[in-house]
Amino acid sequence: MDYTIIVVIEILRAISWLVLLAAGLGIIFGMMRVINFAHGEFLMLGGYTVIMSTKAGVNIWFAMLVLAPLCVGLFGVLVERLVIRFLYGRILDSLLATWGLSLLMIGGVTLIFGNTVEGVSTPLGAVDIGAYSIPAYNFVLIFFAALFMVAIWGVMKFTRAGLIARATMQNPAMAEALGIRTTWVYMATFGIGSAVTGLAGGLLAPLTGVVPTMGVNFVGQSFITVITGGASMIAGTLSASTLLGSISQGMTILTGPVYGDAALLLAALVLLRLLPQGITGRIFTRSL
Amino acid sequence: MSLLEVRSLKASYGVVPALHRVDFRAEAGEVVGILGHNGMGKTTLLRAIMGYVRVTGGEISFDGADIRPLSVNARARAGLGLVPQGREIFPNLSVEDNLMVGIAAQRAEAGPVLAEILELFPRLKRLMDRRGGALSGGEQQLLALARCLCRRPKLMLLDEPTEGIQPSIIDEISDTLKVLTARQDITIVLVEQNLDFITGLSDRVYAIANGVLDSEIPRDRLTDPQAVSEFMGFAA
Repeated sequence: MDYTIIVVIEILRAISWLVLLAAGLGIIFGMMRVINFAHGEFLMLGGYTVIMSTKAGVNIWFAMLVLAPLCVGLFGVLVERLVIRFLYGRILDSLLATWGLSLLMIGGVTLIFGNTVEGVSTPLGAVDIGAYSIPAYNFVLIFFAALFMVAIWGVMKFTRAGLIARATMQNPAMAEALGIRTTWVYMATFGIGSAVTGLAGGLLAPLTGVVPTMGVNFVGQSFITVITGGASMIAGTLSASTLLGSISQGMTILTGPVYGDAALLLAALVLLRLLPQGITGRIFTRSL
Repeated sequence: MSLLEVRSLKASYGVVPALHRVDFRAEAGEVVGILGHNGMGKTTLLRAIMGYVRVTGGEISFDGADIRPLSVNARARAGLGLVPQGREIFPNLSVEDNLMVGIAAQRAEAGPVLAEILELFPRLKRLMDRRGGALSGGEQQLLALARCLCRRPKLMLLDEPTEGIQPSIIDEISDTLKVLTARQDITIVLVEQNLDFITGLSDRVYAIANGVLDSEIPRDRLTDPQAVSEFMGFAA
């Protein structure tokens, strides 16, 4: 029984991991159709914000939950104004530009902090479940992944800003004719997507350690999750994370982490072969 | 002073000229019809007034101000509304959300505006939960009209509202526009190929041909097919 509970918690943690990695990208790529290849480096920036802040004596929770999203969100707004706004509707160009940005960010951060792994200790300690012990921080990840999804859904579904964002992404020219300042909407949406990514980077920093090239490890998983999920931002991210996270973690528990990662990639390949438009291209098609 | 005054307007798509000379005016509360065949510049004219198409010469004055420097959204906030050709509704939003976008954009209280709009468009009441993209062409046209009116524009630009629409809904659109114009609180510029529709609604009718609009068709000539053809650029 104890072991079953541990397995369930580990699978939920794996799902949460993918949700956290993909949520910001789901907003930027899923909604705006901008391929932000620097997504991994936005996560890295969130991680470094936490490392630097805690070294300066800032409380780790404040650093993770406030400073990381704030810094990366503002950085995202700057990137949108200087680079992305010229590339809307030009998917390949946005991919190349953000790839360049990703290399620039890796180089810049390496120059400042060096190519060494920086760490921050995981808060909260461990929780005993029968004969087993797991980090209490796992529950923090699960809680915030659920909160991300509920918050994004709530904002998109029930607020004026969410409605305006959805309308603008569907038909910007018509939204303009209704008096909506679409340039502001694009800027805000990219900024919010970046802030969500920064928050995720901050939350993951205690688990992964932070190094300038850490984004490379995450960008693949993030894109696989968002693309496998399909067009619906929330239902897509959630369904793909649940499916891929369960398969990957299940295989990890049975065999080991290498086969777990391989199983995730294989599952994504099979899914995209069967559902080329992603999961929400066939089911949950009307969901957000 | 006219609500809308267009003088010697020229517009182009890149280097390709589309409007050569357009002169017309619309007084507050009136319906101005612009008649023209395909490719004569009707849609380009409305898009130039709304700010989508680059104006290369002439003037557009709305409510006493030169609106040429304004962006599309600023023109909308100044009181211009557009019901475009092809309707351009938000396909993945529900009918209610389509209407709410119009209301949300002007930060108005939703309840009274929505009630007023549904009184004008009762057919939309039972479709509120339907996705915009799932409506018929006629229902989409009603929705596009209703969504535009949610902003309470001073002047509404209507681009071929009868195109591809079933006759019963054309009558419904015509009746609704008559109710609106009877209130005298909105001005409409209507471009159409449908002569019966445009003459039934308009106080004055202009003809546009090959990007040139400078002549009003006198009302007594609108029933004479040959005269209308001449105004529209077809020699007798």
